[in-house]
This record gives sequence, structure tokens and C-alpha cells, in this order.
Amino acid sequence: MEQDNYIFFQDIYKSFSDKPVLQGLNLAIERGETLVILGRSGCGKSVTLKILLGLLYPDSGRVFLDGEEITGMSEKKLVEVRKKIGMLFQGSALFDSLTVGENVAFALAEHSDKTAAEIDEIVSNNLKFVEMEGTANLMPSELSGGMKKRVALARAMAYQPDILLYDEPTTGLDPITATTINALIRKTQREYGVTSIVVTHELDSGFSVADRAAVMENGRILEIGTIDAIKKSTHEFVRTFLAGPK
Amino acid sequence: MKAHFHWFLDFLHHVHGITEMFGRSLALSFIKPFYLRETVEQMYHIGFKSLSIVLMTSTFTGLVLAMQFGHEMSVFGAKMYTSSVLVVSLVRELGPVIISLVVAGRVGAGITAELGSMAVTEQIDAMRALGTNPYKKLAATRFLALSITLPLLVAIGDLCGMLGGWLVSVTSLGISSDYYWSNAAHYLFFSDIFAGLLKPFIFAMTIASISCYLGFSVTGGTKGVGEATTRSVVVSSILIFILDFLITKVTLGAI
Repeated sequence: MEQDNYIFFQDIYKSFSDKPVLQGLNLAIERGETLVILGRSGCGKSVTLKILLGLLYPDSGRVFLDGEEITGMSEKKLVEVRKKIGMLFQGSALFDSLTVGENVAFALAEHSDKTAAEIDEIVSNNLKFVEMEGTANLMPSELSGGMKKRVALARAMAYQPDILLYDEPTTGLDPITATTINALIRKTQREYGVTSIVVTHELDSGFSVADRAAVMENGRILEIGTIDAIKKSTHEFVRTFLAGPK
Repeated sequence: MKAHFHWFLDFLHHVHGITEMFGRSLALSFIKPFYLRETVEQMYHIGFKSLSIVLMTSTFTGLVLAMQFGHEMSVFGAKMYTSSVLVVSLVRELGPVIISLVVAGRVGAGITAELGSMAVTEQIDAMRALGTNPYKKLAATRFLALSITLPLLVAIGDLCGMLGGWLVSVTSLGISSDYYWSNAAHYLFFSDIFAGLLKPFIFAMTIASISCYLGFSVTGGTKGVGEATTRSVVVSSILIFILDFLITKVTLGAI
């Protein structure tokens, strides 16, 4: 199965201080699709993304990316894998000692042979893409939550990754800003054809960007399919989760 | 009993973490890419910005030592040897220890707080996600900068302490300026200077390893950052005293 899917998590287990987080996670993602993982806080969504990036190591199980197993890879090899993946962190995780422009340029300045002028051009284009032109000299502390998310997306895209991971991209944002971020996620997928994994507990936000959705609980995928299929699920937890608070 | 066992396991875990950070920082200091700009920036923050507090501390240590030694030694009629005792104790012992403690408080705490804040806001994860080794960019640069600047700070501090001692000796103890310096030079050997600069070099690597390890390991938000910062100063200070004893034992034994 792992040969057929672009990304494949096979029977992943992960615990923190004896507290199990992932308990037999199996998940397949196709190239070019946007998969939204829905679930309650603490169900293991963010850990799943960090395992794909090699920031966390599973206790057992295997992860495949484009047919290559990435579990057990050395840090040096993982650096190459990470160049294919961009991640938008939950709190944006912008480097607060660097300007917006330096944040977006970070990976290029570190790893590419591009000249300063070429990097400046990419930074400018990426900031324009996320509608943040003219902010290159600002510090992250001068930005609002939504602006930080947009800059973080511009930074994640700097290396033109094949995969973009979004960790709660709209959490804590007002509805209008959240809609803007969702529109950006769709625009990125449409214009760059990247494979995207979005983890969120916000249903409207998730459904607005998803090609497929998966519902996660206790470190396992309970249901996966199109939005319609998820909405028609007969699984008790999925129905309760979709119904929301009564 | 079980609590003691857990405490012991925790202790071993931290010892392993600090040792691993030391080995990693040391090795990465000699592997490309060399972050020269970051290292120089850290040398400025660690060294130049610590200069004022180091100058104050050392000068007053020299002033007080001269007064104490002069007073006590005059009881035995040995007041004229004040400068030799003062200079040797300052260069071998008090300069390295006091200045390293000051730097552990100012710089070590700062490193832990900065890296800890980066850890809890996922900036360290983001750095790894962008393909950069944070141990290289953040830890090794600070390790190298501290290892270079602390011995320099101690050397400058020793000179200030000697000047403080000179001021008291000349103005209060009735020792001539020429006699102060010639007596100091006569009793200060190369081995004293070597031990006096070896200590801050080892203390610097210790402070850097502890503060970086504790910064990288912060969990639990801003409260965790505060706790790690306090722990960084406490652990560094205790280790400075323990290492000072061991280095003194070894260097004196070798003479």
C-alpha cells in the first residue's frame, strides 16, 4: 500500500511520559490533495505532522514519503526531506529576532546558492502572494495574529515545497481573518499544486479547504473520505463531533 | 523510596543531557557551516555587554581584598606582602570564580531564557523544519562565543582587581607603587596565569552547555522558561565551585 500513496503512516504509536498519543495510526495521502484531519485538542493531530517532518520520532511504526521510508533516517538525510515540506505552525513560530523579510528568506539564505537579489525577489513575490507586500522590514511583534500566519505561510513556501502542513491555521483568528487564511490555503493548493495536510478542530474551516477529511480520536483515524462521506458517517464519535456542543 | 529513585533517574537524565549538549556543541563548533556573524554577535552580547559589570565587580573585589589582606597581614608584620598574596589569589582563584559566577547569572540566564522562549513558541521546531540544525546555529555559536570571551573577561577583570588593590595599597597601606607591582610580578608565576585562564575556559563551556541544554528542554510555557532560567544559574554556580575545586587540585598537584 505504501508504494501507491504519496504519504503513508503505517501503524504509528507514540507516547509522551507513558501517556499514549498515537495508538496505531494508519493514514494515506494522495499527491496533490488537501487532506484535513479533524479532531479534538490533544488527539494527536499536531504530533502526526511533526512525525512526518521528522521533528518527533514514533515509538513504533513506519512513515513513507514518495515511496521512501523516512522513519529512522539520520538528521542529515532528514534535512533533505524537510526541504520538500513546508510547515505553518500553530503559533506561526516566526523568529522574533528577525524581520519579516529575514524570516521568509531564512531557508534560502541558509541552504541555497541564490544571490541576495534573487532571494529578495522571492521574498517580495511570496509576501505579495500572501498579500503582505511592504512588510519586509517589520518585526513579527508588530504584526497581528492573521498577519503572522500569512508571513509564516510565505516562509513555508520559500523553498517551493511539494507538501505543506498546516497546524491549526485559523485557531484564535476572527472569522474574517480565518476566511482569508482558508482562501490562501486553497489558492496555494490551486496555483502550486502542493499536497496539503491541514489539522484543525474547526469544522467550517476544515471543510472549506478539504478535498478529503479524516476524523481522529485517541491517536487513530476513525473515519476518512470526502466531506459528504464524513457528514454521512454512522460512527458515533464522528456524529457527536460533527454535531458540536448541544 | 520510589520518589528518591525517580529523583535519581531525573538527575541522571539531566547529566546525560548536559554532557550530550557539551559534546554536540564542541563537535559542531568545528563543522561547517560556521556561523561567523552569529558567533561575533554573541561575543558582543556575552563579552562586551558584560564588561561594565565585570569591571565593577573586579575593581571592588581588588579594593576589598587589599583592605582585608593589608589589615590582617599588618598584624603579623607582613603588610608589604599584600600585593603578592592579593595578585596570586585574584589571578588563580577569585577572578575566575567571581567573574564566572557573574557571567553565569547574566549570560547563562539570558541564554536559557532566550532559547526557552524559542522552544515554547515552536521557533526551534520551525528552524529544524526549515532544514537548519538549531544545535549548530543556536548552541554551538553561544558555546564558542562564551568559551572565547569569558577568559578575556577574566583577564580584564584580573587587571582591574589588581588596579583596585594598587589603589588601596598606595593610598591606605603606605606601600609604594613600584614595590606593589614588582612584588606582585615576583610572586606571580606562569602556572598561576595558566590556571587562572584555564578555569574560565572550562567554566565557560560548562555554563554554555547547561544554559543551552536547559533552554532547549523547556516545556510548560512561560512558567517553564522562568523555572529553567533559575535552574540554569543555580546548576552553573554549583558546578563552577565543584570544578574550581577539581581544577585547583589538579593544577596545584601538577606544580
